[in-house]
Amino acid sequence: MKPIYLDNNATTQVAPEVVEEMLPYYSTFYGNPSSMHTFGGNVGKKIREARAKLAELIGAQPEEIVFTSCGTESDSTAIWAALRANPDKRHVLTSHVEHPAVKNLAEYLGRNGYRVTFVPVDNQGRLDLDHLYSHLSDDTAIVSLMWANNETGVVFPVEEVAKRVHKRGIVFHTDAVQIVGKLPINMADNTIDMLSLSGHKLHAPKGIGALYIRKGTKFAPFLMGGHQENGRRGGTENVAAIVGLGKAAELAVARMDDENTRVKALRDKLETSLLSAIPNSMVNGDVASRLPNTTSIAFEFVEGESILLMLDEYNICASSGSACTSGSLEPSHVLRAMQVPFTAAHGSIRFSLSVYNAEDEVNQVIERLPPIIDRLRKMSPFWAEKERSCQTNA
Amino acid sequence: MWEYTGKVKEHFLNPRNVGEIENADGVGEVGSMACGDALKLTFKVDGGIIQDAKFKTFGCASAIASASALTELLIGKTVEEAEKLTNDHIADYLGGLPKEKMHCSVMGHEALEKAIACYRGEPDKVQAGNVVCECFHITDLQLERAVTDHSLKSIEEITNYIKAGGGCGQCHDTIQGIIDRVNGTLTEKPPAPKPLTNIQKIKLIEETLEREIKPALMQDGGDIQLVDVDGDRVLVKLKGRCAACAMSQITLKDYVESKLKELVAQALTVEEVVS
Ligand SMILES: Cc1ncc(COP(=O)(O)O)c(C=O)c1O
Ligand code: FES
Repeated sequence: MKPIYLDNNATTQVAPEVVEEMLPYYSTFYGNPSSMHTFGGNVGKKIREARAKLAELIGAQPEEIVFTSCGTESDSTAIWAALRANPDKRHVLTSHVEHPAVKNLAEYLGRNGYRVTFVPVDNQGRLDLDHLYSHLSDDTAIVSLMWANNETGVVFPVEEVAKRVHKRGIVFHTDAVQIVGKLPINMADNTIDMLSLSGHKLHAPKGIGALYIRKGTKFAPFLMGGHQENGRRGGTENVAAIVGLGKAAELAVARMDDENTRVKALRDKLETSLLSAIPNSMVNGDVASRLPNTTSIAFEFVEGESILLMLDEYNICASSGSACTSGSLEPSHVLRAMQVPFTAAHGSIRFSLSVYNAEDEVNQVIERLPPIIDRLRKMSPFWAEKERSCQTNA
Repeated sequence: MWEYTGKVKEHFLNPRNVGEIENADGVGEVGSMACGDALKLTFKVDGGIIQDAKFKTFGCASAIASASALTELLIGKTVEEAEKLTNDHIADYLGGLPKEKMHCSVMGHEALEKAIACYRGEPDKVQAGNVVCECFHITDLQLERAVTDHSLKSIEEITNYIKAGGGCGQCHDTIQGIIDRVNGTLTEKPPAPKPLTNIQKIKLIEETLEREIKPALMQDGGDIQLVDVDGDRVLVKLKGRCAACAMSQITLKDYVESKLKELVAQALTVEEVVS
């Protein structure tokens, strides 16, 4: 049975068109793009094509794109490049809600001689801009902020921030892994210096990513080696995956409209229906500035892993901000940073849609989930207490 | 995804004995919403035999399955037999639990102990000892007991069993100390440094605040002021950004306290005075 896949912020289905485009680069055209022969050279041409397509998706110049192995590598590359380009600056600024790809590196830097400022967010997940601006200093080497949050879908005003940061001569990097392919972006219209993206979030395969580096940005490679990627990233190219990412970028341009109309409407239907069918439920994050495909909903007094496993019985795939699924015991750092109360944080579920979702799938969730929450609440000692206190209040 | 046994899944999807017995003879409640799981166990005793048992639980699949299994294990047993049940019986009954989830069975066992104490009219054992892990409210005595009972050897194992150390991680050094002590590896104590006189201590605290701590806080737009030193309690006031910022607790505890412990004396604790 085909799963009802509503976990597209975790990873996406590789588009069939992408697979088709990739296969010949494993079987027939396996040459090395650096080789002197035509057989390899033709592969090089195909990579150029892919680079141009990806550049078009984000409004960049093809030379500004460096292919990497994943979003995480792009993030690390960008941050280390900025630190190496500014060896006398020892301050890094980022936010409290970054993906581990940035968060763990920032924490590492904090333990190893750098001063790191983590900018807080409010209870809607919105960045505290005053805090951010007041912490910029002449010692700041890089500001790295995610463009859209993977758990809540909240979109940060990074273009506006980049402008202010840039004016002070500070490098600005954004982790755009979640936004690329979901909302239109245009690097020609902003001053962001570096941007990370990842293939598997936009229907390309896992294990391919890219880093956008604006022309003129001081850069030092993270992986030193051959002259590939213009000396900016050593290592023989993952040709088929690069070809796949190019194709996925082309599809994303064509499907941007669908994502922001039909998919968004499906997300909205799912959200409003669940909120009205299930008491004590609320959306996590600022609905006014959000990805079109994501909703994070807190169901009070129940625990996320139980919800997910009961949904799993119907082959419905989602994810949770709950601790139990990850092996750690604290709820997600994103929900904690937003000061979502424990009653809600443990029972938060993220649904993330894609162009491959149909209305009938959303309807199934709307039908299946309310009884699941009801059942778990009947089992929960806190729900009973809550009901009792409501009765005495009345 | 967790690898749950068929038995865990089956108990999770069809939990037995959900609910609460009215006028129960034994009631045991453990856990809290903040900890991520909680369990309320109630049972009825007649002629020394547990005739019925019910549970309510907030938690993940294995917490629900463990509670369900516990009630099945209890019904029909004498109270004396029930007393001999351990968390391993619960886990075994379910065909095993992933090691990261052992704390679910431990929670079942704790609820049972409490319910039996309640049945016998024994006073609820107050959490004796000093809280070591603030995140999950676990005391040194509980930790010692867990290390002994389950022969635990690492912080990770402790977290799997009783959750301590699974949050902010601040308690890791203390927990490691307890593991080492109980397992007898800490044979030679380092020579104790000469105790400071009161005047020396206060002076050293003042100096450390001025020289080490203040400049770091000020870089982030905050400030700290020493209010008093009462024994080993250092009372401070936080000013500026730090006081409003969500991280002020962590800045205080993590940073100021660890610096003072490192540079002045291990026994010091820091408290914030709100003006
Ligand atoms: C915001 C964000 N940044 C970075 C990553 C890491 O990307 P990758 O899995 O390609 O390393 C992810 C994916 O989980 C993400 O959501
Ligand atoms: S105090 Fe133990 S994990 Fe936070």
